[in-house]
Amino acid sequence: MPTTRLTIISVIVAVAALVLVFELLRRRRLREKYAVIWVLISLATVVLAAFPTLLRDAAHLVGIQTPSNLLFFGSVLVLFAVSLQLSREVGLLEEQSRRLAEEVGALHLRVEELEKKQQAAERGSETGRPTPGSEAQSSRRTSAQ
Amino acid sequence: MAPAADRRVALPGTGELLIVMPALNEQDSVARVVREVRAAQPDADVLVVDDGSTDATAERAAAAGAQVMRLPFNLGVGGAMRAAYRWARDRGYRQVIQVDADGQHDAAELETLLAVQAADPSIDIVIGSRFAGKGDYPVRGPRRWAMRMLSVALTSIVGTDVTDPTSGFRLVNRRALALWAEHYPEEYLGDTVEALVMAHRAGLTMRQVPVVMRVRETGRASTNPVRSAVYLLRVIVAIGLAMVRRPPRGGDS
Ligand SMILES: Nc1nc2c(ncn2[C@@H]2O[C@H](COP(=O)(O)OP(=O)(O)O)[C@@H](O)[C@H]2O)c(=O)[nH]1
Ligand SMILES: [Mg+2]
Repeated sequence: MPTTRLTIISVIVAVAALVLVFELLRRRRLREKYAVIWVLISLATVVLAAFPTLLRDAAHLVGIQTPSNLLFFGSVLVLFAVSLQLSREVGLLEEQSRRLAEEVGALHLRVEELEKKQQAAERGSETGRPTPGSEAQSSRRTSAQ
Repeated sequence: MAPAADRRVALPGTGELLIVMPALNEQDSVARVVREVRAAQPDADVLVVDDGSTDATAERAAAAGAQVMRLPFNLGVGGAMRAAYRWARDRGYRQVIQVDADGQHDAAELETLLAVQAADPSIDIVIGSRFAGKGDYPVRGPRRWAMRMLSVALTSIVGTDVTDPTSGFRLVNRRALALWAEHYPEEYLGDTVEALVMAHRAGLTMRQVPVVMRVRETGRASTNPVRSAVYLLRVIVAIGLAMVRRPPRGGDS
């Protein structure tokens, strides 16, 4: 039967995909929340590859003439869901990194200010009195508070 | 230590007015604009937000007497402004004015914006508009239609004339600051257009005032047909997004 060869090839590919997913999981490259979906998808692929008749029966059940069309339909649906979810996550991550960048900018500025203030204070204690500029400024600032 | 002793020591601002300039690669103009603004508003603090300039923008701004906030990578005008608004809110500034660093905005017009809010403190956002009658600012072709369209749409949404929706010359008070410090759209055009829609939905009031703007002097000018067409498309997207997006929850205004 010519389909045996095809079955063997597709099982090999599907198993390879499953191994890849497990390997990524094992190396902690895949977060738990994505792990489940990928394990399920690759398991399903292995099963379908090993038992092509399953696909035929399922297609028959929902009334699709050509079994491969059911496969395509299913894959497109799954991929759509997965990539939509990923887009969402990327947006979230981008927002978080933007917030962080903004925080970093603000913190930088605060540190610079503190350093300047400290330098001014050190200069002040060296000469025994605050530098005229910094004293005038700090009193103006505090009174404004 | 002698030469350092007379250097101006910048201390945390707790002032009334903060003037913010988002600046990206504006080394040819930023120092002059900072000096003009400081001369026009001596009591105000000036903050330049530089996110990833590859030239001497930050150094020159600092040398001209501005505080410079450097962001680790480019966030666009929207990100720069949100960072600045958060800074201003945390420091307790009462008013914040956004000014372009490219010299398009006239420092003398700062007073025009302030006067509007001084006359009517219930106005939260004052927009400096270059198309509202004062001066003549040349914009032609598709870009002009796009701006017109944007203006008509925005005016009908917020219920008050907004003839220059993309104006980056704006004054906000504490109420608007509280909103924009947390929620400020970062997308292209979002920083100007969607921000106003958001503010309107949050119950803030706005008013535009005619100002004179200069034509861009240094740096890149952005006019060619393809860019203009893309601009028009993005305008449509921006309006669409602003319309369908849910207003931010928990706006702390
Ligand atoms: N921080 C920051 N500033 C920017 C960025 N892009 C533009 N700007 C600044 O925003 C201001 C307005 O930009 P401009 O290109 O003149 O916009 P236009 O006046 O609407 O054409 C200028 O001061 C620019 O330097 C950016 O990505 N980050
Ligand atoms: Mg400009």
